[in-house]
Amino acid sequence: MDNKSDKSSEDPIESVGVPAPEGAANLIDTDYHIGQDNYQLSPLGVNIDIHGAVFAVSSLLILAFVVLTLALPEQSTAAFDAMKNWINSHMTWFFLLAGNIFVLLCLFLIVSPLGRIRIGGAKATPDFSRLSWFSMLFAAGMGIGLMFYGVSEPLTHYGTALGGTSMGEGGARSDWAPLGAAVDDPAGAARLAMASTIFHWGLHPWAIYATVALSLSIFAYNKGLPLTVRSIFYPLLGERIWGWPGHAIDILAVFATLFGLATSLGVGAQQAASGLEYLFGIGGGNTTLVLLIAGITAVAVVSIVAGVDKGVKRLSEINMVLAFLLLMFVVFVGPTLLIATGFFKNIAGYLTELPFLANPFGRDDANFSQGWTTFYWAWWISWSPFVGMFIARVSRGRSVREFLISVLLIPSTVSVFWMTAFGTTAIKQLQEGFEGAASADLSLQLFMVLGELPLTEITSFIGIVLVIVFFVTSSDSGSLVIDTITAGGKIDAPKPQRVFWGVIEGAIAIALLLGGGLAALQAVAVSAGLPFTMVLLVGCYAIVKGLMSEPRPGTG
Amino acid sequence: MFKKIMVPVDLAHLDALEKPLTVAADLARHYEATLCYVGVTTSQPSAVARTPEDYEQKLKAFAMGHAPDNGHEPTACVYNSHDPVTDLDDIILKAIKDVGADLVVMGTHLPKHLDALIPANGSKVAAHTAASVFLVRPDMPA
Repeated sequence: MDNKSDKSSEDPIESVGVPAPEGAANLIDTDYHIGQDNYQLSPLGVNIDIHGAVFAVSSLLILAFVVLTLALPEQSTAAFDAMKNWINSHMTWFFLLAGNIFVLLCLFLIVSPLGRIRIGGAKATPDFSRLSWFSMLFAAGMGIGLMFYGVSEPLTHYGTALGGTSMGEGGARSDWAPLGAAVDDPAGAARLAMASTIFHWGLHPWAIYATVALSLSIFAYNKGLPLTVRSIFYPLLGERIWGWPGHAIDILAVFATLFGLATSLGVGAQQAASGLEYLFGIGGGNTTLVLLIAGITAVAVVSIVAGVDKGVKRLSEINMVLAFLLLMFVVFVGPTLLIATGFFKNIAGYLTELPFLANPFGRDDANFSQGWTTFYWAWWISWSPFVGMFIARVSRGRSVREFLISVLLIPSTVSVFWMTAFGTTAIKQLQEGFEGAASADLSLQLFMVLGELPLTEITSFIGIVLVIVFFVTSSDSGSLVIDTITAGGKIDAPKPQRVFWGVIEGAIAIALLLGGGLAALQAVAVSAGLPFTMVLLVGCYAIVKGLMSEPRPGTG
Repeated sequence: MFKKIMVPVDLAHLDALEKPLTVAADLARHYEATLCYVGVTTSQPSAVARTPEDYEQKLKAFAMGHAPDNGHEPTACVYNSHDPVTDLDDIILKAIKDVGADLVVMGTHLPKHLDALIPANGSKVAAHTAASVFLVRPDMPA
C-alpha cells in the first residue's frame, strides 16, 4: 500500500497525495507510464495512437506471412505442416503436462485462502451484471467450437472407439480411438466418446483461459500495470518487460490472436456456407465464402464502432438466448431421458477416465492423444491471449474464487451439458440406423442431426445464425484485444485502429482462403501454441506470486 | 444567465484543452457560475491513472487548480466506462443531467470528412441536450 505514495514527484497533480482509497491492493512501483512508447499521429485527419515497436513488427510479420503463403503456397504449406506435425509428435507430453498444471492450479486457488482476494482491490465492484459477464465469457471462449464439434466430435470418437484398436507399422497404433477403445461395445464406445469429448471441452480449456485471464487481471487491476500480455512477466523480468523482451511477448500474442481469428473466420465461413447450402441450396463456392466473410467482418466492424456495451455485450446476450433455445429444443425433442441421465453418467465417465486421458506419459493411443488432444490444447492456448485478455477486461470486481468458479466450473458444466445433448442425440440416431450425419463432412454433421428432428428449417437457420453471430463476437472482441496490445495497453486508443484490425482479420481470412493457405494458417496458429504454453506457465508463477503479495482480506 | 458550467476534461490530452478551459473559466467568472469538471476513466490502468480512484483524485486536484476564484467551489465528477472511446457522448449527456448543467463548454476539432462516419462528440451532444453547448474550436490556422 505504501508503494502508492512514493510515485514520481515531478508531477504536480500527484503531490496532492491522498492515500489510496481502494485500500487493499498492492500496486507495483514502476516508473513506466502507459503510452510512453506510443506514437500519436494524425495522418489524413485520422487519429492514431500506437505502440511503435509492437505495432510495426507485428504488422510486418503478418504481411510477410500472407505474401509468402500466397506466393509459395505449396512450399509454405509443407513447411508449416512439418512444423505442426513435429510439435504434435514431440511435444504432446509438454502440452498435456502443462494443461494439467493449469487445471490443478485453478482448482487449488478456488479452495485456498488466496481465493478471497478481490480483483481490482478489496472494495472494487463488478463492472457487469453476472449474466452479461457470463454470456461474454462463454461467447468469447468457445461458442463457435460448440457449434462445430458438438455433434461431430462425439460421433467421430464413437466410430473410432467402436472400431477397436489396430497396429500399424513399427508397432504404433494406427487407429484414432481414445485410450483402449471399446470394440463391438456400443454402450462402452458411447461412454468413451462422451468422456473424451468432454475432456477436450471441459476443465482443461477453461483452465487455460482462466490462467491467462487471472494473471492479466491481477497485474492490471491490482498491480496497476497496463492490460497487455507482457505485464504478467513482471515478477520474472521486472522492469525489462518495458523493453524488447516485453515487445516480443506482445508481438507473439498479436500474432497468435490474429491468426487464430483469421483461421476461425475461414473455418466458420465454411460451416455457415455448408449450412446455407443444406438449407437453401445456395452454392458453397468461393463467392459464397468471400461474401460470408465480408458480411461477418462488416457486422463485426459495426459492432466494434458501437463499443463494448452496445456491441459485443448485446450480441453475446442474444447468442446466449439463441444457444439456450437450441439446446432446450434438442433436449426436449431429442431423447430427453437419455440426455438427462446421460449428463450425470457422462460426468462420472469423464471423471473416471480423466486420469488416463490427461496422462502425459507412456500413451499408446498416439493418434488420439497427438491428433486430437494436443491439437486442441495448442489451439486453446493460441487462442488464450485473446480470450484471456477479453475475460480480464470484463472481470474487475470479482473475487478470485468467484472468478475461477465462473470461468472454470460453470462453463465446463455447460459444455458437458451441451455435448451430452448433441452427442447423445447424434449417437442415438446412429445406433438407430441413421448413417447420414456420421458419413457427412464435419461442417455439415450438426445440420444432418438437426435434420432428423422436427422443425428442421427453423433449427438449422438458428444454427447458422449462431455460427455467424459467434464469429462476429469473436472478431469484435479479437480486434479490441489486438488494438489494446498494439497500443501498449491503452484501451482508449482511437476507434479507427480497431476498425483497421477488424478489416485486416477479414482480409487475411479471404486472402488465405482463396490462395489455399487455410491449412498453413491453421498450422501456424497451432504452432504459436507452443511458445505460448511457456508464457502460460510463467503466468501460473505470476498468479501465485502476485496473489501472495496482495493484502489478504479477513475471513468471510 | 448560467449557473452551472460543465467542462468535459480528458486528462490525457490537456494540451488540446487549454482553450476551452480558459473559455470556461472566463465564463464562470463573468456569470458567477459554478464550474464542474467531468472526466471519464476506465477500470483498466491508463496513461493518466492506474486505478479509477487515482483518476478521481487527479481530476479533483485539476479542478482546484483550474477554476477561477469567484466564490464558487468547483466540483469534479468522474464516470467509469468499459469503453470510453465509444461511450463518451452518452456519458457527457448523462453527466449534464446529473450535474444539472445549463452550459457545456467543450473542445472540438475542425470539421473533417471522417465526421460522417464517426461524428464529433460535440455535435452529437448538442443534438441531444437542452443545455446550451459552446463548442470551442482550436485556433484558426493563419
